[in-house]
Amino acid sequence: MSTARHNPLNSVAAHTALIAYTLIALFPVFVIVINSFKERRAIFREPLALPDAESFSLIGYQTVMKQGNFFLYFQNSFIVTVASLFFILLFGAMAAFALAEYRFRGNMLMGLYLALGIMIPIRIGTVAILQMMVSTGLVNTLWALILVYTAQGLPLAVFILSEFMRQVSDDLKNAGRIDGLSEYKIFFRLVLPLVRPAMATVAVFNMIPIWNDLWFPLILAPAEEVKTLTLGSQVFIGQFVTDWNAVLSALSLAILPVLVLYVIFSRQLIRGITSGAVK
Amino acid sequence: MPGTAVSSHAPKIRWHIIVFLAPAVLVYTAVMILPLFDTLRLALYDEVEGERVFVGLENFRTLFGDANWSRQFWNALINNFWFFLIHMAVQNPIGIALAAILSNPRLRFSSFYRSAIFIPTILSFVIVGFAWKLILSPIWGIAPGMLDAIGLKSLFAPWLGREETALTTLALISVWQFVGIPMMLIYAALLSIPDEILEAGECDGVTGLSAFWKIKLPLILPSIGIISILTFVANFNAFDLIYAAQGALAGPDFSTDILGTFLYRTFFGFQLQLGDPHMGSAIASAMFAVILIGVCLYLFGIQTRIRRYQL
Repeated sequence: MSTARHNPLNSVAAHTALIAYTLIALFPVFVIVINSFKERRAIFREPLALPDAESFSLIGYQTVMKQGNFFLYFQNSFIVTVASLFFILLFGAMAAFALAEYRFRGNMLMGLYLALGIMIPIRIGTVAILQMMVSTGLVNTLWALILVYTAQGLPLAVFILSEFMRQVSDDLKNAGRIDGLSEYKIFFRLVLPLVRPAMATVAVFNMIPIWNDLWFPLILAPAEEVKTLTLGSQVFIGQFVTDWNAVLSALSLAILPVLVLYVIFSRQLIRGITSGAVK
Repeated sequence: MPGTAVSSHAPKIRWHIIVFLAPAVLVYTAVMILPLFDTLRLALYDEVEGERVFVGLENFRTLFGDANWSRQFWNALINNFWFFLIHMAVQNPIGIALAAILSNPRLRFSSFYRSAIFIPTILSFVIVGFAWKLILSPIWGIAPGMLDAIGLKSLFAPWLGREETALTTLALISVWQFVGIPMMLIYAALLSIPDEILEAGECDGVTGLSAFWKIKLPLILPSIGIISILTFVANFNAFDLIYAAQGALAGPDFSTDILGTFLYRTFFGFQLQLGDPHMGSAIASAMFAVILIGVCLYLFGIQTRIRRYQL
């Protein structure tokens, strides 16, 4: 072992670089959140100071609560995200099982067909998607968003889950067959519980882009009662652009749910990425 | 649930396979693949006196031939390439450098750093766009104030408001947001390098930085390739950040217009111009072509070559 690898100077340099970049990454979030708790004059006079007894104010949050439908937006985002994840995982796992478990003609082709969507963004088809949603009456409903996000998430889900399902032991499944379990029971009772970690990875990968998407809510569901939190805060901020207290509070409120989700799921997310699930 | 469907060897239809595949294939085909081809088809139509008529390549002739349209299209495409180049030149080196530092097994608090640096990636474009707009705003004065503190106040300019700097500033904001992704992927790739290889290098006196350049970097080239193509696809269908920070007009004076905002404006209309689904489809088809060319270049040009180096 050489000395170069544990030179104390190196480790000081490494920590300095990492702390510097961590500050760059967190600074904007920090500034937004602390200023959302200050009164208007203090925001401009000392933007970097923490709120103290004198400058503390919740006026921005009061405006947001009075003027915006943030609870409704939050509820919409929540329904869309959870429902999309449910369908992505259920349909994705079923298709992945069929591709991983059975030999049939066209298996390879079907896998390739489903994998196409990994590289081609669904946004390219927006014009026709909107027409379809208008003609089926789904425009301005949460179903439009759920369908689009399910279709968007399926390709990667099938790809990742089928990799994992190939590793489930054949002996186990054959034992189930000898015991007279149907193929459906083998899938739901034996295989699904074993691939739960992979399902969690897929869920976490899909959750953040769905929650944060602006394009499809803007195009498919812009009506007030179906606005998602991302679109709702965008519109709200656009209307209140000169009311800095309200804008900063709305931004902080939009940051909060994602941050909570991240704190809960960050381990899963990081483990998912680093285990090479996206290769 | 039928309990009798035991896998049979007879050439009869195995219904369970169809049942397992059907939901995913139906949703994927109906909501993704068919609309994609329908959009390509719509690009060949136009609306004349309230009726949809087939016009062949007329829309593309307008897009590339008409002075007004082609100026906007090439402006958006060139801006989009600049946006992508900044990501490649800034985001990926920073991501690789952070990953290289983090992958040192003796480093303490590395999971804290990883989680913290990844936070911007989980925020929505709306938050990121507005937060940076406020911070860079000359009215609020956080950016000029901070530059003043290190004696560089003269460098400050309303970067987002100037035509020459707005696009680069937005690209850097996007880099700030997404640097976590290359960092994580490269970190994973670095961890998967077997210790024996590094120790063999040490025996030959290859350590520290030269070990990084001579051993680790060649081994993580495939991951860098994957990151590049992911960045390419994401950049060429980007829209949200520009829309949140600069609006659908991609101001000032279209200097931050990229293909996504151009598609949105054309398809939906803005101010006095009415939305045009057929021209919108033509632009979407052009985006499809650009992305397809990029992906094919990667698959057939870069990926195969990288594999050969690895052997």
